[in-house]
Amino acid sequence: MAGFDKVVTSYADAMHGLEDNMTIIAGGFGLCGIPEGLIAEVKRMGTKGLTVVSNNCGVDGFGLGVLLEDKQIKKMVSSYVGENALFEKQLLNGELEVELTPQGTLAEKMRAGGAGIPAFYTATGFGTPVGEGKESRQFNGRDYILEEAITGDFAIVKAWKADRYGNCMYRHTAMNFNPMAATAGKITVVEVEEIVEPGELEPSQIHTPGIYVDRVIQGSFEKRIERLVTSKGA
Amino acid sequence: MALTRDQIAMRVAQEFQDGDYVNLGIGIPTLAANYVPKHIQVMLQSENGLLGMGPYPTEDQVDADMINAGKETVTASTGASIFNSAESFAMIRGGHVDFTVLGAFEVDVSGSIASWMIPGKLIKGMGGAMDLVAGAKNIIVTMTHADKHGNSKLLPSCTLPLTGVNCITRIITDLAVLEVKDNAFHLRERAPGVTIDEIKEKTAGKLVVDGDIPEMKLS
Repeated sequence: MAGFDKVVTSYADAMHGLEDNMTIIAGGFGLCGIPEGLIAEVKRMGTKGLTVVSNNCGVDGFGLGVLLEDKQIKKMVSSYVGENALFEKQLLNGELEVELTPQGTLAEKMRAGGAGIPAFYTATGFGTPVGEGKESRQFNGRDYILEEAITGDFAIVKAWKADRYGNCMYRHTAMNFNPMAATAGKITVVEVEEIVEPGELEPSQIHTPGIYVDRVIQGSFEKRIERLVTSKGA
Repeated sequence: MALTRDQIAMRVAQEFQDGDYVNLGIGIPTLAANYVPKHIQVMLQSENGLLGMGPYPTEDQVDADMINAGKETVTASTGASIFNSAESFAMIRGGHVDFTVLGAFEVDVSGSIASWMIPGKLIKGMGGAMDLVAGAKNIIVTMTHADKHGNSKLLPSCTLPLTGVNCITRIITDLAVLEVKDNAFHLRERAPGVTIDEIKEKTAGKLVVDGDIPEMKLS
């Protein structure tokens, strides 16, 4: 690599440095906008004791769900984990720990982590089990709880296009948590559908500026659909 | 007669005003999109990052990168915008979404709601529900008035773990429309043919019946 060129050509290079007991922040919502090849590489590496921060944990046999098969995940930080039988089994067996976090709080924890904000107050979760044991405070007569930011040793991100400098664009709702995840990793790896030369992307259309990105890899994606629903049309 | 799910959705849709931004939860709330009055325009927010949710796609339109908060394939309507999850919850938590409609297991007279967790059953997570009840300007809870064993879901105090405290002001059930204020459920409308006695019997929390209670108009 030279200068700002962030492109790596193998998944081994993309995930180089990942070790047992590290924290990975992963973009994606359900199976939409997930870094499929990077997840597969983590499975191939067999890294254990991982804390994974992601809105969901995939499904049985796809997405982050594949990391459960060899018990690579120690702890999952998510807002919703109901799509996965193996997850349920490991949770009930005590083999897996889960920290359920409201979806907006999870997004904000990643955003704050990437922006150097250690914690923030939110009304979400006050008076509920989510607020238990957390500092609370009133502002303008309303109760808020203090939520701490999240950062990861690695962030794994799926983008649509990136240039060699790591400037990224996302496509449709495959954006979801990816831009926040990208800011919150010590090492941020982006798997993309298409790598282009610097200058090809319109600067004002960039969603994630390359400063957040350490490595870019050309991926290939199955893009499995979790719930296919169609209408007959007009 | 108690209302059907579609009739509840029909009554919910009457609450919307022209120009409202609305977030609909999974289940009965989602059905309300089918009954938005013809003369008004509302824009649906899907919390995974879509404002201006359109209908389900035709087979030709299916795109794995276009889904809604229920992870179903979806389309964008004319004038839609797409953004990241932090932005999506900034508009929710910042009070910019006019209406959120969601289901519940229980609501109590203080306006607290329990909708995400039944101890002893597997916990799947709250998704965006806690953010929605903390942030929306107006929240409507839709649910059956009682569970299938006949136990009231409108209680003096919620028994299940809460989703939010003191945040619910309006409830539309299969039997009634109620407002929550001053530590009581205030009966505003009843389903066609449903008596006040039946509503009283199925409301465990304090119920205030003031004056004539009209029947809902469903059309």
